[in-house]
Amino acid sequence: MQKELWKGNEAIAEAAIRAGCRAYFGYPITPQNEIPEYMSKHMPKAGGVFVQAESEIAAINMVYGASATGVRAMTSSSSPGISLKQEGISYLVGANLPAVIVNMMRGGPGLGTIQPGQADYFQATRSPGHGDGHMIVLAPSGIQEAADLIRDAFELADKYLTPVMLLADGMIGQMMEPIIWKETSPLPEVDKPWAADGRDGDGKTHFVSSLRLESDVNERFVLSLKDRYAKIARDEVRYKSIGCENADLVIAAFGTTARIAQSAARKLDEEGLKVGLFRPITLWPFPYDALAEIAARDSVKAVLTVEMNLGQMHEDVRLAICGSKPTPFYGRTGGMVPEPRHIADKVRDILREMEL
Amino acid sequence: MTREMIIAGFGGQGVMAMGKTLIEAGLKEGYNVSWVPSYGPEMRGGTANCSVVISDEPIGSPVVTQPTELIAMNGPSLSRFEPLVEPGGLILVNSSQVENPSCRHDVRCYLVPCMEEAGKLGNFRVANMVMLGAYIKATGAVRMDTIKEMLGAIFYGPKAHLVALNIRALEAGAKYAE
Amino acid sequence: MTQIVYERSAGLQDVDTHYCPGCHHGIIHKLIAEVLAEMDLLDIAIGISPVGCAVLAGNYLNCDFVEAAHGRAPAVATGIKRTRPDKLVFTYQGDGDLASIGAAEIVHATARGEKFSTIFINNAIYGMTGGQMAPTTLIGQKATTAQDGRDPILHGNPIRMAEMLSTLEGMAYCERVCVADIPSLMKARKAIKKAFTLQMKGVGHTFIEFLSTCPTNWGMSPVDAGKWLKSTMCAYYPLGVIKDTTAKEAEK
Repeated sequence: MQKELWKGNEAIAEAAIRAGCRAYFGYPITPQNEIPEYMSKHMPKAGGVFVQAESEIAAINMVYGASATGVRAMTSSSSPGISLKQEGISYLVGANLPAVIVNMMRGGPGLGTIQPGQADYFQATRSPGHGDGHMIVLAPSGIQEAADLIRDAFELADKYLTPVMLLADGMIGQMMEPIIWKETSPLPEVDKPWAADGRDGDGKTHFVSSLRLESDVNERFVLSLKDRYAKIARDEVRYKSIGCENADLVIAAFGTTARIAQSAARKLDEEGLKVGLFRPITLWPFPYDALAEIAARDSVKAVLTVEMNLGQMHEDVRLAICGSKPTPFYGRTGGMVPEPRHIADKVRDILREMEL
Repeated sequence: MTREMIIAGFGGQGVMAMGKTLIEAGLKEGYNVSWVPSYGPEMRGGTANCSVVISDEPIGSPVVTQPTELIAMNGPSLSRFEPLVEPGGLILVNSSQVENPSCRHDVRCYLVPCMEEAGKLGNFRVANMVMLGAYIKATGAVRMDTIKEMLGAIFYGPKAHLVALNIRALEAGAKYAE
Repeated sequence: MTQIVYERSAGLQDVDTHYCPGCHHGIIHKLIAEVLAEMDLLDIAIGISPVGCAVLAGNYLNCDFVEAAHGRAPAVATGIKRTRPDKLVFTYQGDGDLASIGAAEIVHATARGEKFSTIFINNAIYGMTGGQMAPTTLIGQKATTAQDGRDPILHGNPIRMAEMLSTLEGMAYCERVCVADIPSLMKARKAIKKAFTLQMKGVGHTFIEFLSTCPTNWGMSPVDAGKWLKSTMCAYYPLGVIKDTTAKEAEK
């Protein structure tokens, strides 16, 4: 298989079509515009549907409609637009509907900037929209992984009847890297007996809804979500740990920041400092146990969280480590991207202070 | 070895295309490559730039903040990025569009009159290829032949005559980096 | 020997509705059900219910339903009809849902000429939440959030959605009807049938506005509510065909 150069946004769109996505609904917002642009051209060729919606709200509700009839559907946006989609995501959760949502994060709050950010971590991992729901959140750190994870996102969405978010940032969306198209065939069709695609032969109707007026019925539903989430947390946690064996310090970082931290780790390695990298790929469910196990190793003096926000995943890192080791933080925010040398400086400072 | 470059200039000078051409050539020669454009309002008429990394190691940060190499296609780009270049690095300046170009003394510097050379070839649009020729000659980052092969794949049919023009542009630029 | 002279339409499920006495939702549901059954569309029909009194429409009509977020039914219907163009797709929305929170969605679905049908129930009030002012509440009409009556200086004037949407190129057929008496009801039934027929021909957006009653929140008896609908509501919202791009063709 040959390596091809792909821009992140376009690779994500192409990967979705290859995976069997047959409906895309979106609205322009930088830095993800290449996704709807690519979809507008290529989705119809694949026999699918592209609609430029009047708003992000409409787009997520179009996804809701398509998914309710059993069609693999997706939307994409960037931070301010994802805020608008929260309503629809909550309804997807409430109606047990699969969907894939791409968030190419930019610096906030408000209109903020169009430069990369990671400050939607809480929004994505704590609770999508209102109510007691979750969605699976996947964080790629490069174009190859973004393309691979899009396929997985559709598979997971159908498997667990849940929205899945690919949480990346403007850097991943805009950059170009070589990738290999590993899977060539679309995902197998999944039987969706619940889909509102017309009555069954015996006249049985389908009613896709998130309304459960009786509180006890609704509680039972939310408890069923809880069971499903426990299963997802048990079976679907993904992460990468690099050089964490005998590491003096472990950096915890996701997405773009993880690869920047890796540059810093390489630089420090040349100086004889052993710095490992722990990179969660599923931000929800978060790999608590794996990180706890690594942090518990004798050599590890501290776990430094690095993010493009003021410390959001940092909370999960602290929950994983539970105070057993120091958990310092370094972040840039508002659209600023951390530099390897500044991360390296921070690591040196931490280790120097700990020696004192 | 890891080359971390910034290529910068006015929108329309072919800055992004230069970066993409380089990473494509790098990929063909088996390197790890990445390209990140500046994006946003500055793309609409202001200065544009891209970060390019060509490396024999896996690429960590694709964002270049301390370039080992800078190509400045205009004055504002030179003033903005020149101070960031690593000591011992390389700067190539499009001297056609920079008044009184001067360079730091702790870097290698080449002045390339891209517009004049492109003008001599009868097509100002190949100014970026003139610069690319100079860059490849100065660094050996990729082989000139790789770029020439790629031109054949880009320009074919009614555009086939552009292959020769672009090759002449590359060679014209190379002379300034000898 | 006994003979069945009247029975529940095959388009309705065998359940009681939760609607108040004198409310027209039940009658309108029945008309839709009868038309779906008569046109043999029950197996391929997908309805989209709103947030509002008709939120449970999927429990009453005997076809597939998808419950939408408040006002988003036209977007949900777009997602459904675009991916399932062979289905009969209709939304069922109230005035708060369609004319207020979902104004953007219905305008753009109509502008795109989405090939589903909208059933718009205009009773000039928020029913489910308890009689608050709607975009279609008439001047002087009392509401729990306009207790001295709607004042155009304070609240603006009521919106004629059918007329407004008919200015859009994507609207193929738009009619305002009511079910307050038998001749009107027969006309309404015809309008639904025409909308569904045109939808299956793929001509563009089809839109039926029903003037409807809400005796509970209007504070009237069902009989008085019917009278008020015909006298007062019809004066501001005239009944009849507002747009029909197929009319000329039909004349030929």
